[in-house]
Amino acid sequence: MKKSQALKSVRKEFPILKTKTNGKPLVYLDSAATSQKPKAVLDTMQEFYENYNANIHRGVYAISEKATEQYENARGRVAEFIGAKDSSEIVFTSGTTQSVNLVAYTWGFANVKRGDNVVTTIMEHHSNFVPWLELCKKKGVQLRIALITKDGKIDLKEFYQLINRKTKLVVLTHVSNVLGTINPIERITKTLNAKPHTPARSPFRPSSSEARQGRLYPKIFIDGAQAVPHMLVNVQKLGCDFYVFSGHKMLAPTGVGVLWAKRELLEETPPFLTGGHMIREVTTRGAGWNDVPWKFEAGTAPIAEVIGLGAAIDYLTKIGMNTIRAYEECLTRYAMDKMKRIPGLVIYGPQNPRDRVGVISFTVEGAHPHDLATLLDEEGIAIRAGHHCAMPLHREALKIEASVRASFYIYNTKQEVDKLVRALAKVRRILGI
Amino acid sequence: MATYPQYLLDHYKNPRNCGMIRNPDFRAKENNIFCGDFVEISGTVKNKKIADIKFSGRGCVVSQAAASLITEFVKGKSLTRIERISIDDIIKLLGVTLSPTRKKCGELPLIALKKGLGITK
Repeated sequence: MKKSQALKSVRKEFPILKTKTNGKPLVYLDSAATSQKPKAVLDTMQEFYENYNANIHRGVYAISEKATEQYENARGRVAEFIGAKDSSEIVFTSGTTQSVNLVAYTWGFANVKRGDNVVTTIMEHHSNFVPWLELCKKKGVQLRIALITKDGKIDLKEFYQLINRKTKLVVLTHVSNVLGTINPIERITKTLNAKPHTPARSPFRPSSSEARQGRLYPKIFIDGAQAVPHMLVNVQKLGCDFYVFSGHKMLAPTGVGVLWAKRELLEETPPFLTGGHMIREVTTRGAGWNDVPWKFEAGTAPIAEVIGLGAAIDYLTKIGMNTIRAYEECLTRYAMDKMKRIPGLVIYGPQNPRDRVGVISFTVEGAHPHDLATLLDEEGIAIRAGHHCAMPLHREALKIEASVRASFYIYNTKQEVDKLVRALAKVRRILGI
Repeated sequence: MATYPQYLLDHYKNPRNCGMIRNPDFRAKENNIFCGDFVEISGTVKNKKIADIKFSGRGCVVSQAAASLITEFVKGKSLTRIERISIDDIIKLLGVTLSPTRKKCGELPLIALKKGLGITK
């Protein structure tokens, strides 16, 4: 296949993939936790530190001007990459977790009031669950949680039933970090925002009197941490109000993430952290805020990391997000077909690779996830065991304590999948299953 | 494969001192919050020595084999000796090297035992 060959050549651009672990070539199957970094990203960051390391937005000297330019340039590339209207809608944070907390503690605290409710799903990562749980607890607001179907998809019928006129916010993940499920965000936002005259009349539409009183459609918050690295995302097409993701899962360094929100929402939202750069004017009596997005970027930003994120986006764009999606779907299909043949192995989530990304969580009957992970590590295979920061999903929906997760990215190959499958067979022999 | 030697797997598959003691002098359960594994230890004490000890549990090879090995090891030993048992002793019993994350698995039965005997670090 031409596409897969094109992607195979990227392997050599990731220095860590040439290393060995436990005497065996590293087979890295934990990209859902964090991705590896190509040389292009590492070099870009090195170049910043060696040639124009300076703080941004303040210095009038040449290297500070260059650093500022590169930093703001990366913002523009992020905006373009996710289809934002303009770069002022892109707020840099430290990662998805901070992006979620930013919205929960600012917009959430200002807008969610007693009597309202917030609707989410059981498949959320803790980072997109605990901040909302806390918000609801502090505000005395109900957090309604939609369950999943046997196939690991949101039970849409139940999900819509949870949403009513009191729903202020709908929170859900674009892609599950455990099940791999790609949620139909566009379909959901269309249903929720359905205009009164459309045939698919939304049951959530406020009555005209409510509309006069200022009751609005629920805002829709999407966690894109597992989506942006793997598929073409266009926030305007998705029709959501907030969208958040991390750099480190998409070839960029750790310590940088993104919050996208519609400009008017960012403008009406109070700041989160206060301090340097986020102000317009400070007197001994008070302070006025800077424009968006800088209002939300207090203190010295992770400059090298943001510039690194820009380089990662260039790298991904060069390959093409649709090519990446096609390659990963092909790899996932190959892996699922092979893994399913192992006796006692159960794969969670949608069984059709078209409905999911290259995140495969599984259990093997008679083998504890930790033992599997330790024994696979001996073979040089890095996979994850545990609840993958989704305890409610494991315990309350899947009814298991832990699972093993193999997750793929552009640098993984069918040969590596074969190694995983062979190693799993070996582990079963060792454990006498 | 070096990680799990045969005798360790034997303790996992055929655990010694498995079960619960009726009318025990001490009993305690410890959970590993990371994976939900647990070990529950119950026992009797005579003349400040462990007279009998049993465990029940659910979990990985390391935690369950460690529980089996530790119950064998402490039977008949004095409480003051048990107080001195450390995670390093458990690793010696297991005969394997454990990564920092997996140490928690090996330590699980020891924590349960010490908790039951009212010995806290």
